[in-house]
Amino acid sequence: MKPAPFAFRRPATLEEALAALAEEPGAKVLAGGQSLVPLLSMRLAAPSMLVDINALPGLGHVRCSSDGGAAGVRIGALARHAHVLASTEAAEVQPLLAMALSHVAHPTIRNRGTTVGSIVHADAAAEMPMVLRLLEGSVDVASVRGRRTVPAGELFAGPLESTLAHDEIAVEAFFPALPEGAGVAFQEIARRHGDYALVGVAALVETDGGEVVRARVGFVSVSDVPVVVDVTDSLDDPAGKALAELDPAADIHATAAYRAHLVKVLTPRVLADAVHHARERNT
Amino acid sequence: MSEQLHDVRLHVNGSVHEVQVPARRLLSDALRHDCGLTGTHVGCEHGVCGACTVLVDGSPVRSCLMFAVSAVDAEITTVEGLTEADDTPEGRLSPVQQAFSDCHGLQCGFCTPGFLTTITAGLKENPDPTEDEAREMIAGNLCRCTGYQNIVKSVLRAAEIEQERS
Ligand SMILES: Cc1cc2nc3c(=O)[nH]c(=O)nc-3n(C[C@H](O)[C@H](O)[C@H](O)COP(=O)(O)OP(=O)(O)OC[C@H]3O[C@@H](n4cnc5c(N)ncnc54)[C@H](O)[C@@H]3O)c2cc1C
Ligand code: FES
Ligand code: FES
Repeated sequence: MKPAPFAFRRPATLEEALAALAEEPGAKVLAGGQSLVPLLSMRLAAPSMLVDINALPGLGHVRCSSDGGAAGVRIGALARHAHVLASTEAAEVQPLLAMALSHVAHPTIRNRGTTVGSIVHADAAAEMPMVLRLLEGSVDVASVRGRRTVPAGELFAGPLESTLAHDEIAVEAFFPALPEGAGVAFQEIARRHGDYALVGVAALVETDGGEVVRARVGFVSVSDVPVVVDVTDSLDDPAGKALAELDPAADIHATAAYRAHLVKVLTPRVLADAVHHARERNT
Repeated sequence: MSEQLHDVRLHVNGSVHEVQVPARRLLSDALRHDCGLTGTHVGCEHGVCGACTVLVDGSPVRSCLMFAVSAVDAEITTVEGLTEADDTPEGRLSPVQQAFSDCHGLQCGFCTPGFLTTITAGLKENPDPTEDEAREMIAGNLCRCTGYQNIVKSVLRAAEIEQERS
């Protein structure tokens, strides 16, 4: 099928793009198009206007910093998944980025799809919204009213729904660096590598003198929003704790029972990997 | 109300095509209908099958997930642009095309343009892939005929031909 008609703008400055969005209540941002164009072609969305942000200057960056409270990776709205994945510096500052990105779609999709677009799209089956939430990162957002920073915990409203206003553009995502003594891990089960996960699990553990002092686990494709569960107090049965807070859903890809089974298998495995990672980094 | 048309200048295979299209014209349709380059095939139109893959500034991209109006600054290569110039009018098959012919890498040929473009870019990045890397290179493209075995062989053979020719 083909998209319904829409008006088109391809502004050369952020100010023009924000003004266009503010003027047209039915307008939508077009970034990599890897989620939006299928929705348009299937006529699941029919915006009155697309504001193509691909010609905006200065948004393609992957900037790493390893000092102080601002230590982490800053990813501009036009940085493609492939570009973020290729950054060895980013993989050093926050290893979970590369671990998870290698599971985001196939290389051809990653050449065009943006990491920030994936976060704003807020798909519970997507890896990067969960990763941002697990790492307690944030998104910088601009509109004609000014700028604000939205913490990941306040970003996801519901299935495919972020808390951004319709006229806001996410300009940058911030993924905090992995602190000393901490470790991360990621695993997912998909029908083919690169397909959406049936279940994906990431863990972030903090250790002190080899002991785990904080452990959190994030889940992809289990509920209808990206979920993170603190399992610090339940390291003997982390999957049990997680399943008490999750409500695995059934769809054409997997039954709810199969998803619950995958959570049970993957959660302890990924936690063990993350503890191993923390100890390895300390030696 | 008639739909607004946009004047778009597309750079395809080294030539300029001036086309007039509505904003919703997918790049895949613009290439086929407006530029007359029907080598690019359209299967699923939602990014899954890979038949429509073209090179945008050298990287493989789904042309069904881009609008022609967004492709103005891009250098596009379609399957028609893979053939290498020599002193014959039709040119000579590129190493990847030759390998598909040698190894029976296609049956009906519907998926083939997407495989050829994807592998052409893949071999630039990794000129000497292992069999596993060859499989990974084509993992995002679907073929309903060949069972993939001969496509994997074609990737490995194309790498050899590339070496032989250089
Ligand atoms: C075949 C296929 C397989 C895929 N598999 C996976 C997978 O396994 N895992 C996965 O995570 N993803 C997968 N994806 C989706 C892919 O990661 C997309 O790139 C991503 O979801 C969206 O990024 P985009 O830049 O393409 O955004 P677009 O498609 O351009 O936009 C998506 C939505 O976000 C909004 N938006 C985008 N950028 C901004 C911004 N800067 N500010 C405000 N709003 C914005 C748009 O208005 C739109 O509503 C797949 C896609 C395809 C086609
Ligand atoms: S037609 Fe573009 S991916 Fe199938
Ligand atoms: S050769 Fe027929 S689909 Fe691949």
